[in-house]
Formats: sequence, structure tokens, C-alpha cells
Amino acid sequence: MRYAMAIDVKKCVGCSDCVVACQVENNVHHGYCRDWVTETINGTYPQLETEIRSERCNHCDNAPCVRCCPTGASHIADGGIVLVTARKCIGCGACIQSCPYDARYSHPDGHVDKCTFCAHRVEAGQQPACVAVCPTSCMYFGDIDNPYSDISQIMKVRKWKVLAPEAGTRPQIFYLL
Amino acid sequence: MNTRRDFIRISTLAAGGVALGLTPLKFLSGSRSREELLDLPAGSSREIYRRIPSYCEVCFWKCASWVYTNSDNQILKVLGNEDDPLCNGRLCPRGTGGIGMYHDEDRLKTPLIRVQKNGKQEYREAGWDEALDLIASRMKEIKAKYGAESMALFNHGCSGPFFAHLLHAFGSENNAAPSFAQCRGARDVAYIHTYGTIPGSPEITDIRDCRCMVLIGSHLGENMHNTQVQELAEAIDQGITLITVDPRFSTVAGKSKYWLPIKPATDLALLLAWIHVIIEEELYDKDFVKLNTTGFDQLKSHVSSMTPEWAYGITTLEPALIRLTAREMARAAPASIVHPGRHVAWYGDDTQRSRAIAILNALLGNWGKRGGFYVPEKVAIPDFPCPDYPKPAWNFHDIHLQKYPLAEESITNALIEASIPSADNHHQIRGWIVSGTNMPEAIPDKQLFLKAVDSLEFIVVVDTMPMEITGYADVVLPECTYFERYDDIRNSAFREPSIALRMPAAEPKYESRAAWWITKQIGERLGLHDYFAYDHYEEVIDWQLKQVGTSLDEMKEKGVMRFSRNKDVYLEGEIKFNTPSGKIELYSAAFEAAGLDPLPVYTAHPEPPAGYYRLIYGRAPMHTFSRTANNQNLIDLMPENAVWVNPKVAGIEGLKNGDRVYLKNQDGIRSSFTVSVRVTERIRWDSVYMVHGFGHSKKELTKAYGRGASTTELITRVMVDPAMGGTGMRGNFVMFVREEEGKEVEI
Repeated sequence: MRYAMAIDVKKCVGCSDCVVACQVENNVHHGYCRDWVTETINGTYPQLETEIRSERCNHCDNAPCVRCCPTGASHIADGGIVLVTARKCIGCGACIQSCPYDARYSHPDGHVDKCTFCAHRVEAGQQPACVAVCPTSCMYFGDIDNPYSDISQIMKVRKWKVLAPEAGTRPQIFYLL
Repeated sequence: MNTRRDFIRISTLAAGGVALGLTPLKFLSGSRSREELLDLPAGSSREIYRRIPSYCEVCFWKCASWVYTNSDNQILKVLGNEDDPLCNGRLCPRGTGGIGMYHDEDRLKTPLIRVQKNGKQEYREAGWDEALDLIASRMKEIKAKYGAESMALFNHGCSGPFFAHLLHAFGSENNAAPSFAQCRGARDVAYIHTYGTIPGSPEITDIRDCRCMVLIGSHLGENMHNTQVQELAEAIDQGITLITVDPRFSTVAGKSKYWLPIKPATDLALLLAWIHVIIEEELYDKDFVKLNTTGFDQLKSHVSSMTPEWAYGITTLEPALIRLTAREMARAAPASIVHPGRHVAWYGDDTQRSRAIAILNALLGNWGKRGGFYVPEKVAIPDFPCPDYPKPAWNFHDIHLQKYPLAEESITNALIEASIPSADNHHQIRGWIVSGTNMPEAIPDKQLFLKAVDSLEFIVVVDTMPMEITGYADVVLPECTYFERYDDIRNSAFREPSIALRMPAAEPKYESRAAWWITKQIGERLGLHDYFAYDHYEEVIDWQLKQVGTSLDEMKEKGVMRFSRNKDVYLEGEIKFNTPSGKIELYSAAFEAAGLDPLPVYTAHPEPPAGYYRLIYGRAPMHTFSRTANNQNLIDLMPENAVWVNPKVAGIEGLKNGDRVYLKNQDGIRSSFTVSVRVTERIRWDSVYMVHGFGHSKKELTKAYGRGASTTELITRVMVDPAMGGTGMRGNFVMFVREEEGKEVEI
């Protein structure tokens, strides 16, 4: 069992519904976010190319945030989901520094916070809030170890990439090209 | 009374409470709670207890939703209703963040009445009875002095029909919404005079099965009209060819096979050249055109000289590209759409441009075809019984029929003008009810608006938020948000007929009330009891639902109900159109009779003088203009607008990303606030782009105040459409003024 997410950049319109759905679902404080949208433009007018991406914690197989956490607050839970136990976190920020994706932030309550893949929803058999809400249905979430899951199927037929592969973190967010 | 109407700032405070009962949900049963799973402190109130059906009010699309509350009846979140064919369980960011409207502490809290105190006008808090009594007595006065017709309504959103009912029962049909003259009016008039019907709202574009779609300035994806964006994504999966015409590299331009970076204001030349190529190369659907259209020969000779080479000089688009894209759209026909667009009030000849789009679609033979335009159907819900409305002595047609012969609906700007006394104003408006539309930000020409406001005898504004418009009212009424009220049953014309229920998920906060209650209260004070023959609007909804085979109780559980169709969604063979000829009228005799070009003719529009750039504006996917500007959930996604500037222009003007500038237009009007510069290749060098709906000047909108610049403020040159009175708003040019001391940048 290995949870992963694939995001189709051909369909994503960058509307940020994933961001607000996450905020509302997870009660993320105003002014903070666990996921976000980036836009890359290449070329000069009128020869232009764009890529819009919804980004978040990559729930890496080789997670530097977990390795560098001095208290064990950052850990890998069932299905490879990287979580932070707020109660154990001393807010030292080592994980924030170590993350090549800038996916973690200091919660105003003093601990570190980030995307949980909506573990509470996943356990109840639901999709993460961002995936469930997306108007373009551009996100696929599921068990990548299961060859019949939607995510395995789509990744078989589409080209994909990961962000910052050179960091060697074995990220589990895949961008369909 | 003819007061100079000082703009009043509102500041009131009041407390509110919440309580409501419905069936609790058994949610997440058998699984660990979020608190257990994530090791959070116990006793958190995030656990879902029940869900209440509603539909969204952040835009007019009205996606059906579930509002989730905890056991303390606090609203936690709102999600799409899976059974709703319009949203398929997925709301857009505005819908998801819509709860920010409910939680907004800047909301209007009590009725307010304008009073004179120490030589200064201000608002004082009032009870509902006092405010309603005052409104009724002023309306009676106006009726006695000038006739009921001299009351007008400006409205937008689901409260509008309640106030329209009140006004009609009172004896006036002067009811206008900015959605006509400031938005889709030109398009609708063009389609009525070509096809005999409008292209719908939601639009009847069969995007799901479309193989080639042309977007003329439409920015689907930034324009987040849910079903269309969902179907666009589905069509992208199926390999749709997108052709996007836009001086800006919009989000959808980035997904298009062909992006045509057209010179602004020249779209009509491109459309005529496309028509030329499709006729010249005989790419049109010959059977369809023969069977279903009139005026083809006139069209053919009309466009014979309008070659791509001719259009090249106007549009700056390569002739080869014009030919190539014409062939692409013809090859995919009839599963090929030139999207009619929605906000088309651009250059004052918008009805003609929309006619060209309508004609081009006819040549593709896509009417009633899969992947083209489908036949919409809605549920036949009867009106709740009430007496006939009185017949007014005059209505809005008498105000603008002479000037704008083809206007089907009432024109906001014409009603505003009719509120100003003049020698030739024989139908003067004396009082306004304004419901849910922030007129000074929604309708251009603020000077006209201010003159009207000064001339009026009475203004009532009903809103949820202290929008700019509230500062001009004699009485302000606080309406509750869509989370706290019943509204009419949603009944959208779509491929699949469906209805949706909106009911309160919480008690109204503060002293706010629902439109159905407000209008009934005013109506009864006006002696119109028979028009409001119910104690609670639940009775009306239940009665109507029972006429279509369901009930309020059932809908409270389901939220949405789908119905089967009575007619086919697609059409074959000869089609009967609701036009004088019964055919699609490529050549419009009605336009000719009205003194307008019977076939669209390209006319050149003014161009920016040196040092100025054309102001283009649009939507962002996470905002609905003013309506969401103070919503914290959506501010988190986009706190303010920026002015998009091409890097070449930035070099000339010495601007850097993030610089703050004022914008000053050709009439010397400077934006009230500065706006951040976004240097980007995504905009042409002759234009700048901003998202509309920012730059609010009302301090009571504490989160929106002073954030970004207002586009409406800079739109002082309005190019009025002679066909239907639409306000063309893209003929304004701006220059940059540095933040420090308004020192102007020279080039």
C-alpha cells in the first residue's frame, strides 16, 4: 500500500479550489496554506508556454524532514503518508529547512504543519479534499502499489515528471504532462 | 425632499446567535476521528453532525451543495451535491470559500436610516418595523405623486425575483440588472435576431462532446462557470482542439492548439475573415445552411472582399493562421463551437460582433447537434397562485425603445439616466430599490450615477455587505446570506432538467433577514396582502414542489432532484426557429428595419494615444467581482488585483514587478488606490490587464478597502451599443503614475 497523487497539468486551470478546500477541510488558519498553485511561463510574446501546478507535500519515500526531526514528531504513517504529531513537535524548524519543496510552515500554535493527504478522509474511504473538489478532475489519488487503481492506470498511459528529482527524496506527487 | 445625498459610512455592531434542527448524519462511522488519527486535542468541534441542502449564491450558476454543520450548529464547510448535473459534487473555489460570506464580521447587521445630525448626514440603527414602515410610506408617497411606475428596481442574484414581485404588484415593471447592458445583453439580442432564442444561462454549449472550440476573449478557467470548466477539462481529455483569440495569454490560451494574439478591438474583422474563408473554400455545412438559414447569398457577397489578407492589416494575425483555424473549426463541425461568450460589453458594436459569431456557428451547422448547441430543458414549475399584476401606464420600453430599439430587457444605464430630470425625460424615475448589486462598481459612468442619486427622492438598498452602494441609501436593510435563508427553487435549463433546494443551514446572524420576508413585510404595509398569501416561504416552496411530484420534506433530504426530458436534446433535419422567417436569419431584416447593419460590418475603434495602454479587464477564478472582495477565504487565494504589463512596456516605463502605481485614464481620472505591477509576457504591449472587482473605497469593507485598483472607476468612456444600449467598456486607455507623490512617468 503506497498512497500517491498524480496531477494533470493539461487540465489544471489554477483556480486554487484545492487550496481553499484544504483550508476549510483542515481548518488551516487564514494566511496559511498546505497546498498552493504555481504558474511557469516560458518564451516571449506571442510564443509562450505555460504550466500551472497544484503543489503540496510530496510525501517522499526518502523524506529528509522525517530523518532530521529530533523528536520523532515527523513520521511516516500507514500508506507512506508523512505526518507531523503536533504534540511531539518542538517547532525547531529543521524539517522546514530540509524540505526541497518548501511544503511545511510554522503553525501559529508553535508546531510545524503541512499536508496530511487528508489522512482522516482517506481512512474513511474518501478522497483528499483537494482531489474531491477539483472542478477539472485533474487530480488522481490512490494506491500506487495496486496496478488497477486509477492513479496506476493513468500513469501507465501518460508521461509524467516529479519535482526536484535531483534531491533524491523519491517524491510521490506526479505531474502528468 | 431633494437632498444632496452625502455618502455615509456605516458602522454598527450587534451580536448574533445560531440554532437549527435537521436529521443528524452518521458520518465517518467505523473510522477513527481526525483527532484520534492526527493526535489532536479531543473535543474539537470539527466533527460533522448534519448536512443541509443549498445551492451557491457566489455567482449566478447556482451549483447545488451540502452545507455541513457540527453539533453546535456551526457551519464547517460547503461541498457540491453529487446528484447535481451542474456541479457533479464539485464546487468552484468561490463556492468552496463561500462560507467566508457567512462568517464575515463586516456584514450589515441592523436596518439603518439616514438622519441629519448636527448638520451632517449619518445613519442610525433602526428596528425592522420602523425601517419597513418608512419604506412603505415613502413608496406610497411616490405612487400618489408620480404613479407607481416611477419606482425602479436594480437587482442581481436570488433576491431579485422577490423584489421584482413586490415591484410588479406595486405597479412598476422598471426592473433592471447589470447582467443585460453590462454583460450578456448584446449576445442575447444577437442570438434572438439570428436564432430566435438566447444561447442560455448556463450556456447551451455542448462542450463535453465538442471537438473544436473557438473562444473569442472568453477566458474559461478564469471565468469559473462550473459546468463549462468541468466539461472543458473533459473535452481536453478527449483531445479537443482549442482556438483562443485574446490579446492576453489567458489560462485557456495556454491549453489551446492555436492562440491568436489579436490586436484588441478587431475581433469582428477576424470573424468576418473566417466567414469569408469558410464560404470561399466551401467548408460550410451545405445541407444545414440550405435547410435552416435565410440570407446566405447576401452574406456571401457581403464577405467576398473580407479576405484573411484584409483582416491581417487590422488584426495583426497572419492570413495563413486565419485560414488554418477556419479549416480546423470546419473540419470538426458540427461538433465545433464558436463560443458566444458571456461578458461581451466591449466596444459598443457588440451586438454586431455577437451576430458574426452567431452566423459563423450557423455555417458550422452546429445548432441542435452533439458537440454543438444542445436543446436545453427545465422543469415546468407553476407559479404560486397570486392575483394578476396591475398593468402599469408605462414601463422601461417607453424609456428606451426609441433609442435602443432591440433591447429585450431593461437597461440599467437607461434607468439611471431616466432618474435625472430633463426637458425630454417624460418618464422620470423617482425612487430606487437596489437588491444585491453594487451599482457604482458594476455600472460605468459614475458621474451619471451621482447625478441620478442626487435627483432621486428615495433609495432603499438591500444587501448582505456594506458595499459602496449602501452609502447612498436613505434606508439600508441587512439581508442574510444564502446560508441563512430560503430562496426560490433552482430550476436550471440544461441537458438534464433538475431542481435544487436552498434552505437555511443556520439562523440569520445579527438582525439580518431573508428577501422573501422583507418583501412580504413591505408588501403588506402597501396593502398588497393577496400577493403574499403565505405565512412562511416554506409554504410556497412546498406547494410548488408538490406540483412536480415531490415535497419540501423529500427535498430537504435529497437537495437535488433530476427529471427526465420531454423533448430530444439534439435535433435532426429541418429545425423550426422562433424568428419571423422560421429560419436562422443570417441576414437580419429586423436589424435593417431598426436602421442597423443587417450584416455585421467591421468598424475601427479608437486606439490608445502615445504613452497610454488599453485597459482590458476580466475575472479571476477565485472571485466574483465586488461580491467576494471582502471574503477572507477568497482573499487568502487572491488578496488584490495587479496590473499586467508586458516586459517591453515595463522597460519603457521603468517599471519592475511589484512596483505600486496609480493608473490614470484618458479623461484624467486617477485610480483611488495604487495597484501592484505584474510584469508578464502574458499581455500584449498595447494593453494592460486587471481583474475586475477590487479597489474598494468603503472603509467598512475592512478587508477589501484600498486593495488594488477599481476598473470601473477608470472606465469613464463608455461606448454605447446602438442596438440594445449595452455599455462598451474596453475603450479606455491608462497611463502609469508612480506611487510617490503621483509623479507622472514620461516616456
